[in-house]
Amino acid sequence: MTTPDKSGHFGEFGGRYMPETLMTLHEDLERLFQSAKKDASFKKEFQFLLKDYAGRPTNLYFASRLSGHFKTLKIYFKREDLLHTGAHKINNTLGQVLLAKRMKKKRIIAETGAGQHGVATATAAALMGLKCDVYMGEEDIERQSLNVFRMRLLGAKVIPVSSGSKTLKDAMNEAIRDWVTNVESTFYIIGSVAGAHPYPEMVRYFQAVIGQEARKQFMIKEKKLPDYLLACVGGGSNAMGLFHPFFKDKTVKMIGVEAAGLGLNSEEHAAPLAKGSIGVLHGSKSDLLQTKDGQIKVAHSIAAGLDYPGVGPEHSYYKSIKRAEYVSVKDQEALSGLKLLSQIEGIIPALETSHAIAYLEKLARRVKRKSSVIVCLSGRGDKDMGSIEKLIS
Amino acid sequence: MNQIDKTFQQLKRNKKKAFIAFITAGDPNLKMTEELVLSFEQAGVDIIELGVPFSDPLADGPTIQASSARALKKGVNIQKIFDTVRSIRKKSSIPICLMGYYNPIFHYGEKQFCKDAAASGVDGLIIPDLPPEEARDLIKLSKDNDLSQVFFLAPTTTPKRVKKIVQHSTGFIYFVSLTGVTGARQDIPPSVVKQMQLAKKQTAKPICVGFGISNAQQVQSMAKVADGVIVGSAIVNEIYKNRSSKKLVSEVSQFVKKLSKPLK
Repeated sequence: MTTPDKSGHFGEFGGRYMPETLMTLHEDLERLFQSAKKDASFKKEFQFLLKDYAGRPTNLYFASRLSGHFKTLKIYFKREDLLHTGAHKINNTLGQVLLAKRMKKKRIIAETGAGQHGVATATAAALMGLKCDVYMGEEDIERQSLNVFRMRLLGAKVIPVSSGSKTLKDAMNEAIRDWVTNVESTFYIIGSVAGAHPYPEMVRYFQAVIGQEARKQFMIKEKKLPDYLLACVGGGSNAMGLFHPFFKDKTVKMIGVEAAGLGLNSEEHAAPLAKGSIGVLHGSKSDLLQTKDGQIKVAHSIAAGLDYPGVGPEHSYYKSIKRAEYVSVKDQEALSGLKLLSQIEGIIPALETSHAIAYLEKLARRVKRKSSVIVCLSGRGDKDMGSIEKLIS
Repeated sequence: MNQIDKTFQQLKRNKKKAFIAFITAGDPNLKMTEELVLSFEQAGVDIIELGVPFSDPLADGPTIQASSARALKKGVNIQKIFDTVRSIRKKSSIPICLMGYYNPIFHYGEKQFCKDAAASGVDGLIIPDLPPEEARDLIKLSKDNDLSQVFFLAPTTTPKRVKKIVQHSTGFIYFVSLTGVTGARQDIPPSVVKQMQLAKKQTAKPICVGFGISNAQQVQSMAKVADGVIVGSAIVNEIYKNRSSKKLVSEVSQFVKKLSKPLK
């Protein structure tokens, strides 16, 4: 089964670990989401926004020069970077903001790391005329200042979070605290396939359009299924969006790329699937970076959007049943991947996405025969120019 | 019989309400935690809620967040908290509920945790991010080890959920007075009285109210409808204020005594 059970569990993962104040809201949201899925008018409105507003379908681009560079790979890019706001995040925020409208909520909150989800949320909120507050760690505000400016321009308030590691994890803590306080008026748009049930399933549903389109497009171009799917994994929404529609295609191998930061043997990484253990954070059970006492560790990645000590529960499930394989790529390798794609294909990817690009080199060495791969080009690199400039010079 | 049940029975016989005090274990240090618990017993506290610090306390406001962070910095963990409870038990039988987030307990191992908690003298568990739906194993393990497992009612809880929660909660039921995180507040919403009365119709188990209660007046008005009143952040604040004072224990006990007075 690829759908969670009634109480939101994917195998032993997932679930709904939330303060009582938010439990009824989750139950209401689950009911609303299940009925919206069957509601033709909801689907029509969502499809309209994806197509005319966000710019779907995105292209499946055959990267001939990069394929030539690696020789053993036939590389296709699913161009989510070409969407309005510059990343796949908009698919999910448009879906959730429609649900928020149906729940008659007046205010939207969100957490953001790289700022892409924050921008996508601020955009969707502006479009619907809803008030929007975005929680963002102080460290991320620093390294993603362009996105902070974009959110403000879109009319959202960016609330700096100075607790803990001052990154995505702490932004999510603060967003949940806000939500507990303003539960009647506020809808929380979670940006990844994380959080308590029904969020992981709901975000996957809105992001699955990536894989659904890619599957059709690849079949038309190649008359067969791809050998590999490749995507970066922080919380894991772009990866799950690509992977899930291929779940039953047993010949298609899925590879998720975590951020190895300064190296898996250092303490400075964001690879809970490689180096974590099972635990509960932000409402669901999944792999986590934690101490021997069960305290959550601070993650590290050059990519703010991957800088999170947990991962979506469905990824933990895919790993446990060996449906997907999870690998990791270091900060420096990701930077090389970014440069390579920029110079060979003329596409500047986001630092998050660059982790998936960087793994192509390893994949090219691994495959025994010429293999096809769809890479989720989840976001563009514009937002990172400031920090990359500092890193490279 | 569980110590918490005994306490409520006795209070009921005497027509009294419970005063429940929360402190974070290990803030400012575990030695002081032990002294505070022992002196609280003399200051009119009926039940101790002992906070197990967590790195990501998402139901807590700034006061308890900071307190947790201080305790973690001192290296406090579950093992050391059990040691402290064991040491308290040599001198006092005051009921102690551990209040902590689920992950450290899950990581310790639920079975071992319940066994070790009971063996060290813990009487009950309060886990703010563990609703009954996810607590099936822990409910059973708590029962096997004669630990109370306290669940929450919130202003947003539907009648259907109230039924489930009062059924599973043992020892008492924790009634959250407002939508929000922990922390001292000046105003408690008046709707809490009505909601409490509704909940009372569903169960004979004691219902205690917490979140936001910070002065004796609020304690008094809450006790009119509840079986007990829980004060946390206000006490944690007082400990922090007196952190470098030699008279920390007596100062904080005085403060607690004033808070609990309306119930005595």
